Amino acid sequence: MSEVAAVGVDVGSTTFKAVVLGAGGALLGSRVEPMHPRIEPQAERVLAALRDEFAAPHNTPVGATGYGRRRVPGATRVVTEITCHARGAFHRLGRAGTLVDIGGQDTKVIRIGAAGEVMDFAMNDKCAAGTGRFLEVILGRLHVPFDEVLAFYAAAHKAVAISSTCTVFAESEVVSLVANGDPIEGIVRGLHVSLASRVGQLAGRLPEGSEVFLSGGVALNAAMVDALALALGRNVTVVDRPQLLGAVGAALMVAR
Amino acid sequence: MKPDPSAVGRRARYEVAKRVGSPLLDAASLLRRTTRKKKPPHPGPFGPPLACTGALKDLMTRHYFEGRYADGAVPVAWVTSGFPVEVLRALGYHTVYPENHAALLSVSRLVPELSGPLEAEGYARDLCGYARADIGSVASGKTPVGRLPKPDLLACCTNICQTVLYWYRDLAARFRVPLVLIDTPFVYGAPQPHHLAYVRDQLGEVIDVAERVAKRRLDWGHLREVVKTAREGTELWGECLRAGTHTPSPWTGFDSFFHLAPIVTLRGSEACNAYYRTLRDELRHRVKAGIGGLVEERYRLMWDNLPVWFNVREMSTLLAEGGFNFVCTTYTNAWYEAGRRVEADDLMGSAALAYTRILLNEDLPSKLALMKRLATDYDVQGAVLHSDRSCKPYSIGQIDLKERLQRDSGIRVLLLEACHADPRAWAKEQAEARLHAFMETFG
Repeated sequence: MSEVAAVGVDVGSTTFKAVVLGAGGALLGSRVEPMHPRIEPQAERVLAALRDEFAAPHNTPVGATGYGRRRVPGATRVVTEITCHARGAFHRLGRAGTLVDIGGQDTKVIRIGAAGEVMDFAMNDKCAAGTGRFLEVILGRLHVPFDEVLAFYAAAHKAVAISSTCTVFAESEVVSLVANGDPIEGIVRGLHVSLASRVGQLAGRLPEGSEVFLSGGVALNAAMVDALALALGRNVTVVDRPQLLGAVGAALMVAR
Repeated sequence: MKPDPSAVGRRARYEVAKRVGSPLLDAASLLRRTTRKKKPPHPGPFGPPLACTGALKDLMTRHYFEGRYADGAVPVAWVTSGFPVEVLRALGYHTVYPENHAALLSVSRLVPELSGPLEAEGYARDLCGYARADIGSVASGKTPVGRLPKPDLLACCTNICQTVLYWYRDLAARFRVPLVLIDTPFVYGAPQPHHLAYVRDQLGEVIDVAERVAKRRLDWGHLREVVKTAREGTELWGECLRAGTHTPSPWTGFDSFFHLAPIVTLRGSEACNAYYRTLRDELRHRVKAGIGGLVEERYRLMWDNLPVWFNVREMSTLLAEGGFNFVCTTYTNAWYEAGRRVEADDLMGSAALAYTRILLNEDLPSKLALMKRLATDYDVQGAVLHSDRSCKPYSIGQIDLKERLQRDSGIRVLLLEACHADPRAWAKEQAEARLHAFMETFG
């Protein structure tokens, strides 16, 4: 078994992610589970299980990130998601670009420099619109399961305009659209267009020729990748295992 | 005409408060400070506290204490921070600054309590938190300063925002007293001669009304003296601010927010100038001795907009722990830029220019030029632009300012969304995550 170099934990608003990295940052293992409100016991349990599974000594460095980062017992270093996502993306891709991370609670646009440094960043304001939570709430209301989202999105003849910029109001708006007989496919497409447009506003004027990378749980949704590429007017590269990128970055920050 | 006996009584009470009460308060404060057991220095990230902070507290306590007895004794005016106060000072008005009072309410986290009943009456929460807090304080009578004197005159200048006009109209309806207004045209590039003539004419009208309300004629010789005093105070404040150009800065930008109070509320008075001489001398001494506002100043920053009053201590500590110091702020600098333009030998013309060319009354290129100058003069590596829900005129354009500062001045810039007054618009975790991430970008 490869020697463990570090463990990274990303305590997000929706999911708890943990990774085990080996030499050179190779991903040896990972865990993703719903975030529990009692963070400390959850972190202790997951860390203990990973240490057992990979025979990692107790002094294995642990990097922690995410909203619950300060609640991870025994963390060697606590770093924000901005820095960790940038670090993880640069490790995976090895080049400069603009990273869009759409998480459960917030969306970040991070400009990564040629040496992997964070040159600038922007985050959504105190509102769930433009985050994964927005999609989750409204797709739930429409009874569209995650693995069928792309099929609904692709089948739409046109996107139904979702004018509200607030998750709560958008949910009521969707209820009205359904009641008016608007096709579910068009509403699903409209939701993605609306979210992509919010992210586009956040990204602002992208530097000429800058590549766009996508991470976070929402990157697993191919419909979102397509909508974002259309909104930004350029190709979007999904980082490998996008949901784990923050945890990978946290582990890299402390790796031996 | 026979003197009104109640007015004579009130005047006597005011004089006693001023000549006996205030010195007694000072003596009590001094006694408290000298007999208080000295605490060992706190092993935190801040340098030794400024010794003159006690004098600042005394000065402001005196101002609000004397104010309690001012109405009926001397003419009282409630004034916006950008109003040409020199005229009122020369006419013997006791001035109250609702903005300064609202800052006290904001620091004390009283805004939700005072604003709540107003919101129930239909005042939108999107309105400036200062206006909501101050009107709420008037409506309820609740204030941490004991009592504010009732105004005889409301004096409003729109050079800081248009909200003040509606705020003061509201006050005028509540107090049923005259409202004088100076409407300053927004400046694109440079003010035009007809703009200045328009402001100058209004100054003349203000003097007429203020004389009528105060029941006395303006002594132009005395006004020249007041203008000289105000200008000296402004220059002294500028000297204090420029102490921050030294490395390490002898104080923090967060200190300067609090030490701003006298130049706002007491501009044109000798008490104000005496205080700033003390502060300037202390800052000079700290520069000479290498004493910084932080124990270790690793990075120097600029702050744009009003402070987040209810969170100043927490935010400054969070940043100071990483060695980040706000060595300059556009907000505190605004009280240096304007007042020094008023000339005693061209009172009306220079005042029209000075009070028109206020930071918030000038276009974005002017603001950008100022920020670039401050970034160079104070040698900052980064800036935090506070996008303030309570102050839209100050916040508009900050996305463009951010891009330009990054490009032209080569500094890192963070846009931080908050509110200067209302803690209900503050998301602690999200704001702190942004500040931490910003600090991490410095390596």
